[in-house]
Amino acid sequence: MSQIVKIPQKQLLGRDQIAKRLAADLQRDWVVNIGIGMPTATLPFVPAERDVVFHSENGLIGMGPPPTREEDIDRDLMSAGKGPVTLIPGGAFVHHADSFSLARGGRLDCAVLGAFQVAANGDLANWKVKGASSGNIGGAMDIAVGAKQVFAMMTHVAKNGEAKIVESLTYPPTALGVVTRVYTDMAVLSVTPEGFVLEEVAPGLTAAEVQAASAAELILPDTLRTIAA
Amino acid sequence: MKKKKAASLEEAVSHLRDGATVLIGGFGYGGVPEHLIEGICGRGLRNLTIVNNNAGTGHTGIARLLEEGCVGKIICSFPFAAESVVFKDMYEAGKVDLEVVPQGTLAERMRNAGAGLGGFLTPTGVGTEIAEGKPEIEVDGKRYILEKPLRADFALIKAYKVDPRGNLVYRKGARNFNPVMAMAADFTIAEAKEEVPLGGLDPEVIVTPSVFVDCYFVTG
Repeated sequence: MSQIVKIPQKQLLGRDQIAKRLAADLQRDWVVNIGIGMPTATLPFVPAERDVVFHSENGLIGMGPPPTREEDIDRDLMSAGKGPVTLIPGGAFVHHADSFSLARGGRLDCAVLGAFQVAANGDLANWKVKGASSGNIGGAMDIAVGAKQVFAMMTHVAKNGEAKIVESLTYPPTALGVVTRVYTDMAVLSVTPEGFVLEEVAPGLTAAEVQAASAAELILPDTLRTIAA
Repeated sequence: MKKKKAASLEEAVSHLRDGATVLIGGFGYGGVPEHLIEGICGRGLRNLTIVNNNAGTGHTGIARLLEEGCVGKIICSFPFAAESVVFKDMYEAGKVDLEVVPQGTLAERMRNAGAGLGGFLTPTGVGTEIAEGKPEIEVDGKRYILEKPLRADFALIKAYKVDPRGNLVYRKGARNFNPVMAMAADFTIAEAKEEVPLGGLDPEVIVTPSVFVDCYFVTG
């Protein structure tokens, strides 16, 4: 059963602040898949000189930022979320079977995916809401099982007050045991064999407030840092 | 040399029949065989199974086929996009069947069909609803599910350039599903923006060799 949790009546991080924090963890020369929705906000916060190679499921290896001039928008060059993008020098186009071969085949250092729920064992739910007859899978199941790391990016609590950080999933799973880190408007968590570790909290929040907004036990590290927002 | 060039759009899609399974290329705006889809609209076909990444956008293309009552089932990865207005209504009214397939599994099932394979073991979907009813097989300690090939009667695909044999190259992200769909159908129909003379395509860069193409139509 879904659990209603307490949202602190304080200023939480905005989408761009979460994105900025997450982007800081995308390492030099990584190959990274960015999911649709909230994760796309991370792109502008990854400096070009870090040379992160972005993979887009529709066959783009080396996806670059949106074109700055309207006349450069190309219907044949779009992101997975169907927004206009560019290709970096040295980028490549592949067909769909190859695009997902590289995803399942372990060539993605990291995937940044939106989430409905993340469980303490790293299970991810992001395709179908509870009780719905169907949902949107897209590339999420293949990418989640294939990437070396999955960073989940989401609000800490659903709009209706339901916990999204949970002991075990109540929503249908997308992939089992895949999430390694979670970036929310309240905290940064890592998923360890012992469960969630609360790594960082948003400015102005306490560990107790983040715990109260979660339906899983959060392990406190020796030093709890504050997110540089 | 076998004649594959269709003189008209009508001729290009003339083989399609009721009850056929039809692969339709494209992802977002790129690589959608808009002319070919338009060509089958208005023909009053019934009970088609359509395979595409999505379930139609707005009121044109696949959405128009849905509105015209041509489609019995959709196989796709992402059916409920904001723009899939026609599909949503018809699905809720029970007027069209749906099979949701993870995008990589969808592509690989078609590649498998084209490659003459009987299926493949994928880690995608293990422990999820997608695995229900499918054999789970452990290989070297890792869990996989068996997915079967997806073969179709027809493929409608979009290419950039074609030569008289039917060799194809694509443009940028418009490649997407088109090459694997070309492999997976009994009869593949391509629309291409431009036709080049024989020898006009560098053999080193041809993406879909002519053996996978049965018919092509030049849109200009």
